[in-house]
Amino acid sequence: MTEVAAAAPAEIIPAVSARGELPAWRLLIRRPSFLVGATMLLFWVVCALFGNAIAPHDPLAQQLLSINKPPSAAHWFGTDSLGRDVLSRVIVGAGPILTVAPLATLLGTVLGTALGLAMGYFGGLLDALVSRLVEAVLALPAVIVIFLFIVALGTSVSTLIIVIGFIFTPLIARTVRSAVQVERHLDYLSSARLLGERPIRIMFVEILPNVVPTVVVEFTVRLGYAIFAVATLAFLGFSVQVSAPNWGSDINSSYGLLGAGYWWETLFPALAIASLVVAINLVADSIQQVVSE
Amino acid sequence: MTGADQASHADHAGATEAVNAQLAAPPLALQVSHLDVTYRVRGRDRLALHDVSFEIGRNESYGLVGESGSGKSTVALALTRYLARNGRVSAGSISISGRDPLAMDRSELRDLRARTVSMVYQEPGKALNPSLRVGRQMAEVFQVAGSDKAEAAMRSEAMLRKVQISDPGRVMDAYPHQLSGGMAQRVVIAMALAANPALLILDEPTTALDATVEAEVLDLVAGLRDELDTSVLFISHNLAVIAKMCDRVGVLYAGELIEEGPASQVFEQPRHPYTVGLLRCIPRHGQRKDHGRLDAIPGFLPQPGHKLAGCIFAPRCPIAVQQCRDAPPPAFDVGPDRTSRCYRHDETSGLPRSTPADVSLPTPPTAADPVVRMRNLSKTFTSKAGQVAALAGVDLDIGRGETLGLVGESGSGKTTLARLLLGLTAADEGSQLSLDGKPLGRDLAHRGTEELRALQIVFQNPDSALNRRHTVRRLISRPLAKLAGLSGVALRDRLASLVASVRMEERHLALRPSQLSGGLKQRVAIARAFGGGPRIVVCDEPTSALDVSVQAAILNLLADLQAKERVTYLFISHDLGVVRYLSDRIAVLYLGRIMETGPAERVFSGPHHPYTEALLSAVPSLDGQRRTRIKLAGEIPSAANPPSGCVFHTRCPRRLSSGICESTEPPLAEVEPGHLMSCHIPLDELRVMQSVDASDDNTAS
Amino acid sequence: MTRYLLRRVGLAIVTLWILSVIVFFAGQILPGDPARATLGPLAAPSAVRALDHQLGVDRPLVTQYLSWLGGLLHGDMGTSYAYQSAVSPFIRAALINSAKLAALALIVIIPLGILGGVIAALNYGRPIDRVISLFGSSAATVPEFVSGIVVIVVFGVALKVLPVTAAAGTGAPFLTQLKYLILPAVPLVLVLFGYIARMARAGTVEALESDYARTATLKGLKRSVVIRRHVLRNSLLPTITVIATQTGYLIGGLVIVETLFNYQGIGKLIFSAATAKDFPMLEAGVLTIGVVYMVATLVADMLTFSLNPRLRVGGWSD
Repeated sequence: MTEVAAAAPAEIIPAVSARGELPAWRLLIRRPSFLVGATMLLFWVVCALFGNAIAPHDPLAQQLLSINKPPSAAHWFGTDSLGRDVLSRVIVGAGPILTVAPLATLLGTVLGTALGLAMGYFGGLLDALVSRLVEAVLALPAVIVIFLFIVALGTSVSTLIIVIGFIFTPLIARTVRSAVQVERHLDYLSSARLLGERPIRIMFVEILPNVVPTVVVEFTVRLGYAIFAVATLAFLGFSVQVSAPNWGSDINSSYGLLGAGYWWETLFPALAIASLVVAINLVADSIQQVVSE
Repeated sequence: MTGADQASHADHAGATEAVNAQLAAPPLALQVSHLDVTYRVRGRDRLALHDVSFEIGRNESYGLVGESGSGKSTVALALTRYLARNGRVSAGSISISGRDPLAMDRSELRDLRARTVSMVYQEPGKALNPSLRVGRQMAEVFQVAGSDKAEAAMRSEAMLRKVQISDPGRVMDAYPHQLSGGMAQRVVIAMALAANPALLILDEPTTALDATVEAEVLDLVAGLRDELDTSVLFISHNLAVIAKMCDRVGVLYAGELIEEGPASQVFEQPRHPYTVGLLRCIPRHGQRKDHGRLDAIPGFLPQPGHKLAGCIFAPRCPIAVQQCRDAPPPAFDVGPDRTSRCYRHDETSGLPRSTPADVSLPTPPTAADPVVRMRNLSKTFTSKAGQVAALAGVDLDIGRGETLGLVGESGSGKTTLARLLLGLTAADEGSQLSLDGKPLGRDLAHRGTEELRALQIVFQNPDSALNRRHTVRRLISRPLAKLAGLSGVALRDRLASLVASVRMEERHLALRPSQLSGGLKQRVAIARAFGGGPRIVVCDEPTSALDVSVQAAILNLLADLQAKERVTYLFISHDLGVVRYLSDRIAVLYLGRIMETGPAERVFSGPHHPYTEALLSAVPSLDGQRRTRIKLAGEIPSAANPPSGCVFHTRCPRRLSSGICESTEPPLAEVEPGHLMSCHIPLDELRVMQSVDASDDNTAS
Repeated sequence: MTRYLLRRVGLAIVTLWILSVIVFFAGQILPGDPARATLGPLAAPSAVRALDHQLGVDRPLVTQYLSWLGGLLHGDMGTSYAYQSAVSPFIRAALINSAKLAALALIVIIPLGILGGVIAALNYGRPIDRVISLFGSSAATVPEFVSGIVVIVVFGVALKVLPVTAAAGTGAPFLTQLKYLILPAVPLVLVLFGYIARMARAGTVEALESDYARTATLKGLKRSVVIRRHVLRNSLLPTITVIATQTGYLIGGLVIVETLFNYQGIGKLIFSAATAKDFPMLEAGVLTIGVVYMVATLVADMLTFSLNPRLRVGGWSD
């Protein structure tokens, strides 16, 4: 007859170790660098969304009588070579960059994560092949590859988004793959296999939740690069619409005048780009710090 | 060295007087007085050590015993002033060989570290700089003490010889990654003892090593200590090792030294309820899963930083009274050189248990067909070193309803065997693996749901084995849905009964693994393994990652579950005491081959295979019977290049002179009913050889 | 050791070959007929076809690829559509110019980046660490043309201390050339600083927290010795690999910087070739930088291999 020791009241019920975990966003808000970065970012987002309402002048309006005027009370940032108000162009110029960059990054992140999961989980031939391909592509600087595609396919918003997104995919895939490989050594994957789980389920239900922090950090970091890429392309002459306010193309049309001393029409858009990039960096850095705690 | 001055409340003046008295005599190797160590975490102070006082005399070996969270490593860090940035000594004093490390400036501290005190840690491989040759790192020790290059090199070589490294020149030229674990630890010990320190601190120095290697290293330390007249502070969670190595012992619990005294006395007749409880958690000779059961300590460690009004152990103590909860007990004098922080230290001998000592468990049927049959099971890996045979031609049966203990050191192949059985890896061609007489699919892809249901596993490390992003409910429910095909009400009912049978509560279901303690996490892993209704459960070191006090509960739980659910266990462990406690039969593996299989008692008491004999003699035990140490020559050979004939012959102390051991691999033969061995020496001869040594033991002790 | 070397070189060659295929066929996808581009939109179709045939553009693709590849291996990079002369001299001159600029940037950044990263690591968690880290990561993502413009405006226009173009004129003395290259080097240095400092910091932090650093300290060694002999030796290994792979970013940065400063380097060459649809020049240029990158990675691998004892020397042989 089987007698099992009854669960007496004196039985050990080890307690839960209450670690008082704060949700991630609360931890973020406490950081000054995050607050500064997020504020700046928010400012530019507002400009992107409501630029035309906020701008003091019409960014497209050419006043041929007051071209290349230095900063003054009427025009805080001066005017450019066509007499357009630089401040208004800077404000409205946030739009193109903040449309293309996030979407491109999102595309790259989604595709890159899926690819990285597959490469990391399956390994073997798929991993080796794709890695070789990635290395070959990465031999060329991203900017060159992108502008080659743009030259070939033209500069529409969707082309830009797709091309940048596709270029980011292998980069993000590499990072995700490394994170997946760390998980591979853990026993919970063996347990899942022993339950007969299918690979797709293992990748997305078991591994992905553990890799999410890495993906989030990658997204924010790549967003910075996306902005970098869009601005650089515009500078090189590949912007979506040539006359519309765009920081990069504005710089393109005015940097030749630096020698003549007309610095404001080039500097302010440049500073705008710099501030946006720094803002995203602060945010990305804070997220990274919180995630690694 | 008496505790007389510590009898009543902490009398600081009295303590100072004692210190002054000592100043006349040669200084103690170590004197710790009323030490408090505080850590600052998230803006709050947490006391990691409280009122710790002990002394180590010249050429004395002192053991500091404690589980995780006891603060034992903090003691070592405080002594060498290597606490983390947020830690500090908030009260008390330290004196190492008459010098006070807390009052020193930088250069004095360096001098102290170079000449007076040395440390040896766990994981010897990591303790050496991977980019420098070993010789260079050794020489550094001498150079800091003032030698020049040539002298340092000479003395390094001499020191390496002292730690029984036969070819010191080669070792000095090598890089750390080229050394085996045991060799690396010898080097680290050599570096530590090179400057002839007054105090050697060892913090879990052999935890990462194999049993036979551990025994060598411990013998080495004991020998050197005598030769060099060094005092030793030995920190470990392993009571048996402390019992073997130390003259005196102190027991740490939650940052307080609750008992202290000569090692043999403390372990034979403990005078504090915690020590009693701790000793009852460790399986000793004669204790079995159904008879003389291990007893767990109820309750849990106090939260770090949580201040208690009374005795720190009171919440978990079976004999605690109001006095215990009101005021913390001082260190009572309970004998010559013995102290105990317990008001009721006189009543500890009859301490009540929290679980029954004997239960009735069904014995497995002996004549029935084996549930798992393995024939010629092999697994070869290809690596840079060539073909590595992790398992070579293993024949093994697992009986229905039994617990088969699988024993072996690193490289034995026991993990590979488990993985092959479960289907996580595919066996080589020609291997036969069958379940209930029917061949099993080669790997998971070739197995059906019924086969998956039948074989499950409890892993060693619950942090790795549970998906930290899933809730407990999800973790346990999944096998119910996937393997047992349950859903809805049936699933909820089965979930509830599973949770109850592993002694967890409803409220745990909504939590994630990171919010649970180690013992609870392992219960979740066990519940998950049993969820699908398996027939065979592989337990791969299920308690190795847990504290001693939690281990007992888990082991008993496994035994009870086996009876209730009628499963068969393949129990893998390097801890022979635990294996003996739970197993009905034992299989001993060495370098991918079975050396011996048989009933547990037979294999343990002998006559047994020479490897089993050496393994048993290497493992320190609390039972006090000192077996003759069978010293094994050399290291475990590389699996890529196994020795010819009997793979154990290179280290076997009983190797036959006829040469047959080198030339022919002995078959796994039945030497008596139910007992198989792979050895050329006939059983009767072994019996004679091994009983001669045993009687030597008896006459000697 | 040699086996490893051969394997790496083999892999590099394979990757280069894949690259050549990609470059060639990508070039084919780009719209624009070369003869048409040369003769202009008003030329007669027959003339266009004749020139196409002369240029060999109407042959099957594989044949074109093979003849292109064959030419490359002989050092002949084809004929530029735009300049109607051999491509090789252009590439060579441009490469030399870019090399000068890149060399200046690297000479400045390697010690600076490593120093920054190590100082940050040694002061882990303290303000100087946060400042260096944030500065590094920001500098790495501010586009080169932005930082380029800022320095131009500040040093070139406002303060007028340094020239705003990079070309010193042919045959100028070394120091003058250097003076002209300073401003263009700044954006490159800023971008690279982020990566190198981050890598150096991470490596140093890991080494500082390692068991062997603890052993060294507890031996009684001076902190400076511990850092020099034990920590840095292990931390700088991954940094070296990163430095070599930064050539990719460096080259990308060259495109921008050379355009901004009007410097005839390989980046500008590729850019103008792309806009002018001068395929032979473009393909040759892109392939060249691919080769440079591969060589740099190979050098990095070799360096890592020779500096890391674990790779160089095998395990314990019985």
